[in-house]
Amino acid sequence: MRIKLHGTRGAYPTSSKETRKLGGNTSCIEIIENNERLILDAGTGILEIDFDSYSTADRIDILLTHLHMDHIQGLGFFKPIFDPSKEIHIWGPGGSSYPLKDRLNKFLSPPLFPVMLRDIPSKLVIHELPNKPFQIGCYTITSKFICHPGPTVGFRIEVASKAVAYIPDHEPMLSRPHLFKEDNWISGFDLCANADLLIHDSQYSKEEYKHKVGWGHCTMKIAADLSKRAKAKRLVMFHHDPAQKDADRVKLFKEFKNTNSYDFPIELAVQGHKIKI
Amino acid sequence: MSAHEIEIILSRQLADCLSVPVFIVDPDGTLIFYNEPAEKILGQRFEDTGEMKVGDWGNDFHPHDKNGDPIPAEELPLVQTIYSHRPAHKTFWIKNFEGKAFEISVTSIPIVGRSKQFSGALAIFWDNNLKI
Ligand SMILES: [Zn+2]
Ligand SMILES: [Zn+2]
Repeated sequence: MRIKLHGTRGAYPTSSKETRKLGGNTSCIEIIENNERLILDAGTGILEIDFDSYSTADRIDILLTHLHMDHIQGLGFFKPIFDPSKEIHIWGPGGSSYPLKDRLNKFLSPPLFPVMLRDIPSKLVIHELPNKPFQIGCYTITSKFICHPGPTVGFRIEVASKAVAYIPDHEPMLSRPHLFKEDNWISGFDLCANADLLIHDSQYSKEEYKHKVGWGHCTMKIAADLSKRAKAKRLVMFHHDPAQKDADRVKLFKEFKNTNSYDFPIELAVQGHKIKI
Repeated sequence: MSAHEIEIILSRQLADCLSVPVFIVDPDGTLIFYNEPAEKILGQRFEDTGEMKVGDWGNDFHPHDKNGDPIPAEELPLVQTIYSHRPAHKTFWIKNFEGKAFEISVTSIPIVGRSKQFSGALAIFWDNNLKI
């Protein structure tokens, strides 16, 4: 499985030169196995995907963790959506009251977007994620609701005995500074268990988080502790704060690494990086 | 053992922050969490007991009416919610682990998350003599 990080930024895209190292695009990763492509989230990173390489299939599958703007704002602008020969399947979490299609329509319609959802030239097929594992081509996909404001899931994608977990927006604990000691009480635990790669939220420093409890994101330490508890083999820290310069983020990461020890590799997500598992 | 649904995990996080006793059960009636104020009623710590099957905890607080007659388990709100998947409420008497009797009102609610499945129930035990 090859994973390409097209957008690693949280909240909003940024083009300042201080954020170029880790990248300014919002959440989107591309997974390729043989010639089959899966896209996770449709932030502005989706605009970086080369739809003429790896897979030119007419069917494109996009899995959305949730509908916060940083995870969908590329959706209306990526090329295949205007190509009538393409069939685009969008998978996202169901809501308590409003169907996914209605919620997506709020964004993909005037005044926020010039074209109505029904007038988009490609064939759009919208699916609410099932409550059990399902298959798209070679991929087995599991989604679970996790702790983040609004209907939000994390994903576990499995193929050929390899697993990647993708939980870009996640606040595993709301009321305590540490994870519960029982694994089955940890939000998202099953998704990460023994994953070959975990791509996880780590937006805040410990100091910042004190003022942002309940905002739906977590610290580097919580992300690493979750990874350790779940025995994930590698952790990529994702969803960088656009207000933070990369130099400060890297400094924070170095301090974190110097004061904590984990027996698996941990790295900061960098836009454009390819990971093979 | 697979992880609890997010609505159950968040219920525990809420219970953890409350100063009134809260009990959380799974769809089978197994007590999967009780908070610190609830520990004072059961006389046991969640840290020590972990989960408890319904038969192991349902009578621990000796539910009874004002005449002292025991109330059968199936009339307790939490048990009713497990069977009916509906909210339930009842005022009755209990004894805490020190043997002290007091009147409480129990409200239990079903926990149904976005998957629309019944994932358990939560009950608060309100001490009717409590002044807040
Ligand atoms: Zn986000
Ligand atoms: Zn979000």
